[in-house]
Amino acid sequence: MTHFRKSIVSVLLSLVASAALADASLLNTSYDVARDVYKDYNPLFQKYWKAKSGESLELKQSHGGSSKQVRAVADGLEADVVTMNQANDIEFLAEKGLVAKDWAKKFPNNASPYTSAMVFIVRKGNPKAIKDWSDVAGPGVQVIIPHPKNTGNGRNTYLSAWAWALKQPGGNDAKAQEFLGKLLRNAPLFAAGGRDATTTFMQRKMGDVLITFESEAEMIAKEFGKGEFEVVYPSLTMQTEFPVAVVERVVDKKGTRKQATAYLEYLWSKEGQENAAQNYLRPRDAELLKKYAASFPAVKTFTVDEVFGSANKAFATHFKDGGSFDQIYVAK
Amino acid sequence: MKSTRATQEPAWVRYGLLTVGLGFLFFFLGLPLVAVFVEALAQGVPIYLEALKEPETASAIGLTIGIALAVLPFNIAFGVAAAWAIAKFEFKGKSLLITLIDLPFAVSPVVAGLIFILLFGSQGTFGNWLSEHDIKIIFAVPGMILATLFITFPFIARELIPLMQAQGKDEEEAAVSLGASGFQMFWRVTLPNIKWGLLYGVILSNARAMGEFGAVSVVSGHIRGETNTLPLHVEILYNEYNAIGAFAAASILALLALVTLVAKTIVEWRMKQETEMLNTVLAPEKT
Repeated sequence: MTHFRKSIVSVLLSLVASAALADASLLNTSYDVARDVYKDYNPLFQKYWKAKSGESLELKQSHGGSSKQVRAVADGLEADVVTMNQANDIEFLAEKGLVAKDWAKKFPNNASPYTSAMVFIVRKGNPKAIKDWSDVAGPGVQVIIPHPKNTGNGRNTYLSAWAWALKQPGGNDAKAQEFLGKLLRNAPLFAAGGRDATTTFMQRKMGDVLITFESEAEMIAKEFGKGEFEVVYPSLTMQTEFPVAVVERVVDKKGTRKQATAYLEYLWSKEGQENAAQNYLRPRDAELLKKYAASFPAVKTFTVDEVFGSANKAFATHFKDGGSFDQIYVAK
Repeated sequence: MKSTRATQEPAWVRYGLLTVGLGFLFFFLGLPLVAVFVEALAQGVPIYLEALKEPETASAIGLTIGIALAVLPFNIAFGVAAAWAIAKFEFKGKSLLITLIDLPFAVSPVVAGLIFILLFGSQGTFGNWLSEHDIKIIFAVPGMILATLFITFPFIARELIPLMQAQGKDEEEAAVSLGASGFQMFWRVTLPNIKWGLLYGVILSNARAMGEFGAVSVVSGHIRGETNTLPLHVEILYNEYNAIGAFAAASILALLALVTLVAKTIVEWRMKQETEMLNTVLAPEKT
């Protein structure tokens, strides 16, 4: 109960002195299921940094919906680093001048230390025989996804299906849009977020297929049991990135640039990569990817940059007001 | 011709209404409450206790209670002062003041939180000045206290205004004419008269302070172990697929609510007793 007493005292103290006490501490602001990865990563980095520089670091974490989190950073949440699940969110901070314009080049691999893939979660035994995107859009199938216009999860699904349709023989944008129309008609509802979609599918037993991150499948297993569902890898899907960046304005003010940069760089170390793999995120390190091959079956993926140019371009074409999603919805 | 009194409805009406009322209570209040505890204890008591011992959960409990305590003196001072001014004096702009007191009831909590972001956020009105002086308000505890204060300040005033208006100012005038100082009059006459009403208001505002989600969520920044209150912590645990942890934290909130309910019932009972006593004492004079 010491934490309990401590925080009561700290609340009362903060009334007297609201100025921040300066010490070597970093705040990592993340998306809402990032806890497990960084809970294990933080002690690894603390140990490494202690050995390297002799400093003991305090590492704090903030979690929430990705877009909400970057908005808080823009409004003054003093995050030294942001570790997100969408490039758009970091772009938003770059536009506001909090993150370097060339943030994606500050670290290897597009500043994304690990990746995941969009996969299908189907009911045990795959009763509707859902194998690929064409089956998801097929007759009599219900698909559960979060809203494509305002959730990262939903956008990834939308773009994955679009890219798959483009790559079919004779595929073009018009055909892809038509295919998405068919697929979206199979969605009885749009969930508010990833977690909400999972609850709809697993607990309320709605739908035949749920589309989500490969890494999230393991979290679903943790809560609902492994035998309850099967994971299906489509013939082509999106490699989702988890971009990271140093928040320039904050590290300059706090004098923590060195620590913050090292914190992110260490994500690419063997230890950092192995920790990602153990948390079901695909490591960039080829050797480790092979070592954990059982968790990460080979799957043909594309990146947003390859098919759509950039995350911002994809957003503008498909999800802005009047974009392809809105056109499909008006037509429907 | 047989006449029926208003209280003598046919049996089917009475039982029908009773069933609807109780059924509603059961499905919308009873079941969810039970469900919280069932889910929290789904994997046994030891795991439940383990979930509560998580430093982040313990800190969320502490922060929630801490904020409620920090808000209390402000709410009492404001509530009593506002009720005093409105009930005992006539002045210009009184109805405007009453409207302003009700403002937090009308404004959505999320909007209330955003107001503080607009004022104290780094892109906000005072953002630069605060940042230059290294004072943190939002995304820190002071901002959360401010947001909670905004949401809860009407409760005590709203409770006291009708009470003080009903009591009138005769007793205070008598005290002053007998030579009491302002403070003596307040301490010996006014406060004893309003104490149960005040306590009732305190309990209501406290319950609201501990359960507040929207306004606090906007200004919190969700730093674990630092600016995460219980309601925020429940949401984040649930989103992380930590159902046991989420429901364990929710069960603490439910317990706090139950304690509030019991305290509220006791205070209501005492208030009723006191007015009845007063009425019997005053009854002969009134006729």
